[in-house]
Amino acid sequence: MENIRIVLPEIENIHEIETYISNGGFKAAKKAFSQTPGEIIDQVKKSGLRGRGGAAFSAGLKWSFMPKSTDKPKYLCVNGDESEPGSFKDREVFEKNPHQLIEGTLITCYAIGAKTAYIYIRGEYHKWIKLMQKALDDAYAKGFVGEKMKETFGTDFYCDIYIHKGAGAYICGEESSLMNSIEGKRGYPRVKPPFPAQNGLWGNPTTINNVETIANVPKIIENGWEWYANIGVQKHPGTILYGISGHVNKPGVYELPTGILLTELIFDVAGGVPGNKKIKMVIPGGSSMPPLRGDQLEGVRMDAESLKEAGSAIGTAGVMVMDEDTDILKVLARITKFYYHESCGQCTPCREGTGWMLKTLNRMIEGNATSRDLDLLIEVANNIEGNTICALGDAAAWPVKFTIQRFRDELEQYVKPEVELPIYNKVHSMRETTVPLGVNKR
Amino acid sequence: MSFKFTEENLNRIQESRKKYPTALAAVMDTLWIAQDQNGYITNEVMEEIASVLGIDKVLVLSAATFYTMYHKKPMGKHHIQVCTNVSCMLRGGYEIWKQIKEKYGIDNLGVTDDGQISIEEVECMGACGYAPMIAINEDYYEDLTKEKVEEILGTLK
Repeated sequence: MENIRIVLPEIENIHEIETYISNGGFKAAKKAFSQTPGEIIDQVKKSGLRGRGGAAFSAGLKWSFMPKSTDKPKYLCVNGDESEPGSFKDREVFEKNPHQLIEGTLITCYAIGAKTAYIYIRGEYHKWIKLMQKALDDAYAKGFVGEKMKETFGTDFYCDIYIHKGAGAYICGEESSLMNSIEGKRGYPRVKPPFPAQNGLWGNPTTINNVETIANVPKIIENGWEWYANIGVQKHPGTILYGISGHVNKPGVYELPTGILLTELIFDVAGGVPGNKKIKMVIPGGSSMPPLRGDQLEGVRMDAESLKEAGSAIGTAGVMVMDEDTDILKVLARITKFYYHESCGQCTPCREGTGWMLKTLNRMIEGNATSRDLDLLIEVANNIEGNTICALGDAAAWPVKFTIQRFRDELEQYVKPEVELPIYNKVHSMRETTVPLGVNKR
Repeated sequence: MSFKFTEENLNRIQESRKKYPTALAAVMDTLWIAQDQNGYITNEVMEEIASVLGIDKVLVLSAATFYTMYHKKPMGKHHIQVCTNVSCMLRGGYEIWKQIKEKYGIDNLGVTDDGQISIEEVECMGACGYAPMIAINEDYYEDLTKEKVEEILGTLK
């Protein structure tokens, strides 16, 4: 296995600004500022860098959507809301390599023409907000951020970076909701179009990228797009911070090239399953992504295209492993409870549907469900999917739909086979035929 | 019961205000600062925020009620948050939640009579690889066992 580190290098104390500088830090920014923004976007496009926040969209292409000539201020939002169950990678960047994130932010701001960047960090990450703020203060003090950049780098360009602290809302990881949250509003997703590149923060052109995506940028500029494009698989190059949790011996975050075998990740990297138990289910990309059955894992590679082919998605590469003794119904109910809790309430299908699915799943747990309820769950899920403003609806629907599809045999055990018609209906129909007309009239 | 920001906190609010082109955008930071000072968000607190930022009261209420980390009632001195989401659940998150509920005899969002402890069942805190976990106020405690939890809770004063 290639031992290549881009985002989390194995250099002691790289989180300190002196160490970062002495290891070539901020040279990529200097290199970038000597080229035109168009050239930077072009290189990132050619590198093949794809977003690490879930959608795996081309970062360079996203940047190119920003208008070139406009009087409006432009903004960059760095998404560190990281609330998807199974994802815990961005905090590693805040803690272990914050200056590379800062440098990536500078380069991205330059490429899209933004003067202000907000790093959105979830409120629960008090510790990591402090670490990131410390790094930012150090970078300001040394003249790498803010107006002093002009002197440091000898350019006309400068930008400011601020941290925006969230306060507990999963939905704010959705890009338009994140922008509303920065504006101080409730984290309601916005209808698209207009897209953020035209109408984002305060109605101005805005780009939103995940923390890990931005942290990759300095190395692409430093080593060239050809170098980056050759790491991992061709259609989804680079490394990924894989977060492995659940029933494995060595859970944690591992930086490895894209396209490694899921089985390699579980058995070699994460040390296999405790007690050598069999694997019943794996969610490969955070709780929103369709789960895979234990017998579907062979040959599946961890990149956007392979996982799509396998019937799931890369998401945030938060891999959750569940052994043979796991109660799938309870897992599904817990996931659904999460989406029920986190639905912002704007769209009826999601607001009502998540609660309905949760009630139905709880009915199954209590032993009061019938086989109809499994179909009901799929029907409700189908009516949420695609019918909401943002993707939270899909994220709530997929686990239900695909878990039932892939674990139907097991879930059937929880439901009674048939439905007896309630007795009062029968009595009622008998009365209709036996009581003479007009008897009940007053 | 009226509420006024301390001089120091007013300065913190001014600092936050500089980050944004609008006053409304500073409302989340200001709510955090208010919670630091007062422990929870009341009507008086929201009125004070509205007047300090020069924004409408309903906008403060709107933000305060949407985000779950702003407490709308007094919490314990030690606010214990237990994650029971999937990765924690697979490694004993619910056992720890049960243990903590039983230890203090309170349920979700309950506070002990002496005001020392409050507990909350929370959604994923982003510590999935170090599950199960709890957070006490701002600090994470990871890779827990029932014994470790007992030990940590024993140190709370």
